[in-house]
Parts: sequence; structure tokens; C-alpha cells
Amino acid sequence: MVTNSLGRQLPETFFGKKVQPYQDPYNRKPVGNHATRHLRRHNPGDNKLLDSLRAAIEVSGLKSGMCIATHHHLRNGDALLNLVVREIDRMGIRDIRIASSSVHPVHAELIPFIQKGVISGFECGVNGLIGEMVSRGELDCPIIVRTHGGRARSLITGEVVVDVAFIAAPSCDCYGNMNGFFGPSACGSLGYAFTDAQYARCVVAVTDNLTAAPVAPVSIPQSLVDYVVQIDTLGDPRKIVSTTTQVTRDPVGLQIARYAAQVIDASGLLRDGFSFQTGAGGISLAVAEQVRRMMSQAQIKGSFGCGGITGYFVDMLEEGLFRTLFDVQCFDLKAVESIGRNLHHQEMSADTYANPFNSGAMVNLLDCVILGATEIDVNFNVNVNTESNGYLLHNTGGHSDAAAGAKLSIITAPLLRGRLPIIRDTVTTVTTPGRTIDVIVTERGIAVNDHQQELKQELIRRKVPVRDIVELREEACRITGEPRPVEFTDEVVALIEYRDGTIIDAVRKVKE
Amino acid sequence: MKIVRKAQAGTMQSSDLMVFLEPAPQLRVEIDSTVKKQFEHLIRRQVEAVLDRLSITSGVIRISDRGALDYAIAARLETGLFRACADQKESL
Repeated sequence: MVTNSLGRQLPETFFGKKVQPYQDPYNRKPVGNHATRHLRRHNPGDNKLLDSLRAAIEVSGLKSGMCIATHHHLRNGDALLNLVVREIDRMGIRDIRIASSSVHPVHAELIPFIQKGVISGFECGVNGLIGEMVSRGELDCPIIVRTHGGRARSLITGEVVVDVAFIAAPSCDCYGNMNGFFGPSACGSLGYAFTDAQYARCVVAVTDNLTAAPVAPVSIPQSLVDYVVQIDTLGDPRKIVSTTTQVTRDPVGLQIARYAAQVIDASGLLRDGFSFQTGAGGISLAVAEQVRRMMSQAQIKGSFGCGGITGYFVDMLEEGLFRTLFDVQCFDLKAVESIGRNLHHQEMSADTYANPFNSGAMVNLLDCVILGATEIDVNFNVNVNTESNGYLLHNTGGHSDAAAGAKLSIITAPLLRGRLPIIRDTVTTVTTPGRTIDVIVTERGIAVNDHQQELKQELIRRKVPVRDIVELREEACRITGEPRPVEFTDEVVALIEYRDGTIIDAVRKVKE
Repeated sequence: MKIVRKAQAGTMQSSDLMVFLEPAPQLRVEIDSTVKKQFEHLIRRQVEAVLDRLSITSGVIRISDRGALDYAIAARLETGLFRACADQKESL
């Protein structure tokens, strides 16, 4: 066992790799060069178009023990990963690792293939049943959870080698030019797939909308794509939207959003050039709504909106409140529709968005980000991966990346979720270190991290209810009663990788 | 009070609970909860306090909890018991 700087106990090796314990958010230096891959040559007249996924898997040279990737822009509507794995199984290939940008509940269909040995591990986080079963010890399948920036980093440094990337391409021509803007499975930005196209050993574009060459505009160019396959459907874009992408009407959520807006106002960041990111959750969107109102009233012209983009940010762009949007992933169909139409709604790769090991990611330019939390500890460390029952149920997304980059990282969360207190002495799992979190906003008060003394004094001066985080924790437990701690075995089933590749926490099997 | 007929109270909303009651020779309390791991002991303590207070000594009490706080547990259980017991006017 080794212990990282947050006191979390980690195994020395996992999934055949040595564990690098997390130290701090900003000081790990990368060594070496970008990962490489073989050169290739395509002469005029050479054909890339193949007639089936099976043919593509055959020519890609995929063998047992290798690693594949897909992107998750269709989220819970994605059909491709399941199709690819089914075909791999039919061909008798085993021991495949998945390094997709994320895995969603729809991919519970992979469970029999994990049990059968077709899939032997995940180089990415998972949402839903797979993580729960791994946490219970019902599936033997190691998982390394990565942030969006961390995944891009791991491909670029060569820590994760993707042998074959299958890129769902909503618009694609027979020479591999593609975009995600148009077609029956349009998902908007292809942000996560850019790194795959540049670094995978073999790149297969899979489309249900083969159009005349060249596709315009080109997001991922022909020069990066080895093969093209046409299939019936990539999935259902209506399932991109989760049920939460609407402004909350819950009075608790609205109170939290009002407090968060007061914090942003007090921070002094809300001036011309303001840059902003929120998630797609109901409270985040309520904060965005407040910010929009404040910007309109004070006639503030912001610089950019960032991250997963929702229709709210599209409205703000079109009202002139932002000069541009940087979009790594469209969170709803209004954003999908906008990115093909608005010149200033720009597609952005996960590398440009959030990779800590390049010449500067977009998150570094963020003034303010609104993030959620499943649990927060009294040192401001945040958990979004495991639920309070100990199961690994959620991927990190860009949480740690945006928190590390933004000048002001605000966590919005109700103090109680059902009977569960959100602020704890220790979190079940650390996803994002407290050093990168500035303010916690709950409906019963606001806790400000020690390194933000000036903001804290300003909030007190403005009579915003600033509370000590320990006091908030005690208030929560007075209402709910003291929960019994969930018990774990010693067996590590997943690692939570920080964006720089160090390990911030380990997830252990739950004692049932 | 004595449970003489089947009755129920509550909803399946988050932060609420359903209480199902039926007559039986012995007292049996079954608890199912979304936060069972963390809070079964406190839910049981609250249920037993209400049963004690209303002198319930027999019947099956099934709790299907969705993370309700103590006051909601007491209120739903009392309502269910008033519906299940012979004399609904009997006071606390």
C-alpha cells in the first residue's frame, strides 16, 4: 500500500501498472514526447470504404489483448460500442480493454461480454450498472476512471495506447472526412474523438449517413482516417439529453442558485470578458439563468462559454452575452442544431479543453465554473464518482479539469439529498481535490475555502450567509442523524485518476 | 391500539415513504430503504418509538422508505396506524 497527499490508501500496482500517488494539482511535470504511430500511405484511387464492421475489425488488425475506443457524444443513445463488442465476440477475439471517452447505462449490454472474457477492463470511467456490479464484486473487470482532460492526456502521452478507434461519424464521406453536425444521428461536437483520430493506431469512421465527398465543414479530416464503414444507425440522438437539462423548479435548488449568483457577483469577475462554464444539471442551469439576467442588466459582454454546451449557452451567445462558445460536447439538441449554424459556436477537442500537459488548456482561461457534488468533505474535497452506498456509479467528466482551471470554482449542492448529508468528515471517494475548490453553496449557507479570504470578507460585508463548513456539516447531521459508515473490503476494483495521471483515490469492493 | 385491517399511508416520492400495515398475531417490522445501509438503525428506532407510544403490540408493519427524515416517518406511520386500527377517533 502507498498513501497519497490526501491520505488515501492506494495499491502499489493496478491493472499491470505502477500507481503514481497524487501529490498536488499543479506541479507534476510531464517527461518525454507525444506518443507516435506508424506512418501510412494512401495513393490516388485507394479505397477506404468497407462493407461491414466485421471487415473493418479484420483489416484493422485487432487481436486479443488489444484496446479499442469510441466517443460518447450520443451518450445514452449510443449504439456503436455495443455493436462493435458484439462483432468482436463473434470473431472470437478476447481480452479487449475499452478506452472510450465514457460508458453509459445503455452499455449495460456489455455485461455478458465482460463475464465471457471478451472485455477485460476499462481505461475510462463508467456510468451505471457496470460500476455497481464491479463494486459488489459481481464483475471482475478493473476500471481506471479518468477526467476528460486526463483521458486526452493519457492517449497523447502514450500511457493508454488505443489500437483501434471506432469513431461514430454522423456525417461522413467515403474518404473519411466527417462532422457531427448533420444527419439522423447528429450529436454536434466530436470533441472527445479528436485525440482518438490523432493517436489511435488505426482509425475507423463509422457512419449512418454516407454523403458525397467532401463533407463540409470538415471536423476530423480524411488524413487521419484509415477506413470508413456504413451501418444502419449510430444510435438515437434524442437520448443525448438526460432528464435534468432544465432549470430546476425546486425551491431548494432555486435558493442555491440565488446564493451562487451572489457569490459570482461578489467575486468581481462578472465584468466585460467574463468566461463561464456550467454543467447541465437543474441547479447549474438556474445559476446560468441568474448570470444571464445580471449580464443583461449590467450590459456585460462576456468572452466565452465553455464545456458541455446547452441551449442556455446558445441563447446567451445569440443575445450577444458571449463572443464565442467552446464546445467539447453538446448536452442537448438545441446545442447540436446551433453548432452547425453559428460560426462562433466552436468545436473544441478534449485536449484543447482540459489536458494539463499541453501549452495551455481552455479551462485555464475560465473565470467561473459551476459544478455539482455527490459528497463534499470538510476539507472541500469533492466526490462525484461513488454514491453514499459505496457503488461506483458516475464518471468524472470535466469536473476536476474545470475546477483546477477556473479562477472561481463553485460547488452547488443541497445540504441534504433525501436523508443523506452532503457534507461529511471524509468523502467516500475523492474525485476533485479541495485545493481546487473555492466555494460550496448550499441552501443553508455558503462555505468559503481558506485561500479565498478576500471573497469571504466581501460576502460577509454583503450579508450573504457565510458559514463554517464544519458547522454546515453538523447542521446536516442534526437533521438526518449520523449515518452508519458503508463498509468496504480491501479489494481495489477501480482507481480514480487525477487529470495529471496520478491516482487521487481507489474504489474498493463494498462489504454487503 | 390494535391493527385490525389492512391500511397504507405515504407516497413513493423521494424523501418520503410508504407504510403498509396488516393484522397479524405477532409484531413484525420490515424495513426497506434507499438508505438502508446508512440509516436502517435510525429508521427502526423511530418506528419503534411510534409503535410504543401508540401501544401497538401486533401486526405486520412494512416500511418502504425513500430517504425520509424522522418527522416524516412518524407522521406517515401514525396516519397508517389510525387507518388500520379499530377506533379511528382514539386520541394520542
